[in-house]
Amino acid sequence: MSTDPKITLKGVQKAFGSNHVLRGIDLSVDKGSSLVVIGGSGTGKSVLLKCILGIIQPDAGEILIDGATLKNREEFLSHFGMLFQGGALFDSLPVWHNVAFRLRQGKAKLSKADAQELAIEKLRRVGLKPEVAFQFPAELSGGMQKRVGLARAIASEPSVIFFDEPTTGLDPIMAGVINELIREIVVDLGATAITITHDMSSVRAIADHVAMLHAGKVRWHGKVGDIDDSGDAYVDQFINGRAEGPIESVR
Amino acid sequence: MLAINYFTEVLASIGRSTMAMLAAIGRLAVFAASAISHMLRAPFYPRELLAQLLKIGYFSLPVVGLTTLFTGGALALQIYAGGARFNAESVVPSIVAIGMVRELGPVLAGLMVAGRVGASIAAEIGTMKVTEQIDALTTLSTNPMKYLVAPRILAATIAMPLLVLIGNVIGILGGFLVGTLRLDFNAAAYINNTVDFLEAGDVASGLIKAAVFGFIVALMGTYSGFHSGRGAQGVGQATTNAVVAASVLILASNYLLTELLFPA
Repeated sequence: MSTDPKITLKGVQKAFGSNHVLRGIDLSVDKGSSLVVIGGSGTGKSVLLKCILGIIQPDAGEILIDGATLKNREEFLSHFGMLFQGGALFDSLPVWHNVAFRLRQGKAKLSKADAQELAIEKLRRVGLKPEVAFQFPAELSGGMQKRVGLARAIASEPSVIFFDEPTTGLDPIMAGVINELIREIVVDLGATAITITHDMSSVRAIADHVAMLHAGKVRWHGKVGDIDDSGDAYVDQFINGRAEGPIESVR
Repeated sequence: MLAINYFTEVLASIGRSTMAMLAAIGRLAVFAASAISHMLRAPFYPRELLAQLLKIGYFSLPVVGLTTLFTGGALALQIYAGGARFNAESVVPSIVAIGMVRELGPVLAGLMVAGRVGASIAAEIGTMKVTEQIDALTTLSTNPMKYLVAPRILAATIAMPLLVLIGNVIGILGGFLVGTLRLDFNAAAYINNTVDFLEAGDVASGLIKAAVFGFIVALMGTYSGFHSGRGAQGVGQATTNAVVAASVLILASNYLLTELLFPA
């Protein structure tokens, strides 16, 4: 694995009114590496992802992609995939169109038949049968919607993938299946991945590196193998799910 | 001293409300300008535009048709009763026609479409916002302003004049049915009176109003949806805002357009 940073954040800050969510985030993710960001609810993990994507503009700091500030967001997004927490599938479109949505846009868009074929192939990759392609998202279970979201995220074989709480709301078995799929896909594609989660089983299954956010800053950043011996009371409390410790349970 | 403090507090409160209102108008103006600019620049989504034309135009026909049919009938009865006070019952066909074409057709269709389509647009886009579908569009290299907003506003601006044109015909038909079946007007004379009295400018002014009302309905629907709060309550509030704001703006702009098109 290279040690070339694909994504670098320097002193990123974001406030919503008097709520300072990010207070200077310094973080980097190497090319082809999988970073998992952990932290309590409301610590700004999703805001961090949206700042990288440009959906939210940071108040201060720099976000570098391949060592340079992002000038062409369209170009970056064309090699990007994301699995959203709730799937974020388009209700009005059948599953195949959701999966192949990006590939049905623009001048080089795929024909309907090719898009359906590609969607079925991607659905198979995430363990779904071809007939699912012709159903609508509302007809699927939560776990199936997550898989469709995953199929959509990988449809254009992106070089950067974000996973926002990929196992939230799933039973432990389905969560394990999704974790394995994510790991396989990231390795197969050689993609750079950032995952945000509360789920420690996801952390151990997906991560190469882990960063913990607390109070708007990176509290700890290291290899996943070192997390149990981090020596940080905040990290220990979080990964062991203890009510007592330096992290206040009432926030 | 207490009175001065109270007075200052009242002034500050008025100032805050004024500033908040101006800020909201500013945000709406920026949103509208952005929507118009996205309508004019590629990529375009003709399939989305067609789908919206069908949804906004074709599926609003029954509600607009029924509204104008009954209004045309009621208008004929009212004008007949009012005209009878000074022996002017014969003006029923011409006043029904001009009333429908210039005012009631576009305004009633606008209000009905605001209720039906404005609410639906706000709820759909609001739900897409709270379920992160709009963020998903962005990550899939698709500009939500182009894909969601521009086709809806363009479709409503095109569909409303067509709806109003059909609504006008149905409204006049309502007046005709009441006039001939209930008020004993001669059918041929009723039609002749209607056709002779109406001018192209009357019809055109109603269609201009309709296009503006269509723009307003879709603009308020998309704007409210895009700025929807979280959860079911946020989407519900966005829907209410869309309908109320569109209805008020339709009535206000109707007055302004009437001043502009028919100066006293």
